[in-house]
Amino acid sequence: MKGRFIDGLLSACAALALWQAVVWLTGVPSFILPGPADVLTALINNRALIAENAGTTIIEVLIGLVLGAAIGGATALHLMISPMARRLLLPLMVFSQAIPIFALAPILTLWLGYGIASKIAVTVLMIFFPVVSTFYDGLRRTDPGLLDLARTMGATPTSTLLRLRLPAALPAFGSGLRLAAVYAPIGAVVGEWVGASKGLGYLMLLANGRAKVDLMFAALFVLAAFTVLLHAVTSVAARRMASWSKETDESGSA
Amino acid sequence: MHEAPPGLLLQGDFHHAGQPLFRDIHLGIEAGRWTCLVGPSGVGKSTLLRLIAGLDTGGEFSGSVAAGDEKPIAARVAYMAQTDLLAPWLDVYENVVLGARLRGETPDRARAERLIARVGLVPHRHKRPASLSGGMRQRAALARMLMEDRPIALLDEPFAALDARTRSEMQELAHETLEGRTVVLVTHDPAEAVRLADRIIIVSAAGLSHYDGLEGHPLRAADAPETLAMQSDLLRRLRGLPQ
Repeated sequence: MKGRFIDGLLSACAALALWQAVVWLTGVPSFILPGPADVLTALINNRALIAENAGTTIIEVLIGLVLGAAIGGATALHLMISPMARRLLLPLMVFSQAIPIFALAPILTLWLGYGIASKIAVTVLMIFFPVVSTFYDGLRRTDPGLLDLARTMGATPTSTLLRLRLPAALPAFGSGLRLAAVYAPIGAVVGEWVGASKGLGYLMLLANGRAKVDLMFAALFVLAAFTVLLHAVTSVAARRMASWSKETDESGSA
Repeated sequence: MHEAPPGLLLQGDFHHAGQPLFRDIHLGIEAGRWTCLVGPSGVGKSTLLRLIAGLDTGGEFSGSVAAGDEKPIAARVAYMAQTDLLAPWLDVYENVVLGARLRGETPDRARAERLIARVGLVPHRHKRPASLSGGMRQRAALARMLMEDRPIALLDEPFAALDARTRSEMQELAHETLEGRTVVLVTHDPAEAVRLADRIIIVSAAGLSHYDGLEGHPLRAADAPETLAMQSDLLRRLRGLPQ
């Protein structure tokens, strides 16, 4: 864990050095590509503005993540117990993945307005599929020997689902949540790009339009830092949830 | 145990993927005794056990499995496999009482503690399977089976993955604790069969045959000359060599 943190720090320093080198060597004007120092200055000068917009985005992402995980988890359980749901829902889910979320976002904004509801909806749609497919996969892959044993013990279908399949699938659910933690901020920002008056996505669009590239980069940096933090926290939570599993020791694998 | 262990009779044909695996077989299991099914891997020993247990076999069975007392079998069997089949997220105690939990009953705590003590796992009762040795895990699986208190015990090579010493200790513990039950043990190990069986049935591609060279009563001493002689005699039979 500590080693990985140091590795991350080192690679971040290398990337910053490379970035600064490109700025110096090519001599591009700062309104095209600002150096790390310019971005840091913009971050400090606009901290109140960035913090306010980041707050909105963070709320959208967190609500979207919780809702998406809950709806996705319930859907996977439903798919597991109902053959009818499998017949009707599975093809629909694959089809829904074929529609780009960028194309749906304007419609959601039209329906749900310019507030945070439409952004939460985009976020939920974004993470729904990875959560459902990983969790459902985990539920289906329960050790068949354990299920045989449950049968000889006279287990009821409900207790087999809740006491065997569900806990056995928690590592897979954790993987789904880790993926969702990375996708959720993308969902919120896409929602904001389509139409918003607040949020990091809105701020980036605004800064870009006014040629404040340093502010845009500053907002982007905050978004990326939040995503990395969210992924780390989700990984820890996922590991706690299935501490018995060897697979979840590798928090690096999303 | 609340009831007398029944004898069992399995007869019929079994097809797998269109190919016959057994034809017109007749497998009688004596009540309250250890019957060992011996034979090479892939010959269908486990399938016979799963048919008795009422588990999915992936093939087609036309015939019948009946108990001597004509009562249903499925609710009276307990099953133990080569892998311990312990839930990795539960500790030893919770694994032992899993059956009650799965049926929505309140587990008999005192009885579970007694059985954990019986298999020597008291110091490990709060440990999860990952921190137990292979032998300890099979002990936990045995305690779970005893907790079920079923008159029929179906054992599918439960000691095959253990080292020699642990295996012989487990054989003794199983023999002791399953006393008085109808036990069907599937094994590919002639030494194990000779040690534990009241009756040995050789399963081969040609069908079932009763091994008649068995003398004395289990638990036979693993190192006694008579046991070793029976073991090599059984091995010759398994290899199809003249006696």
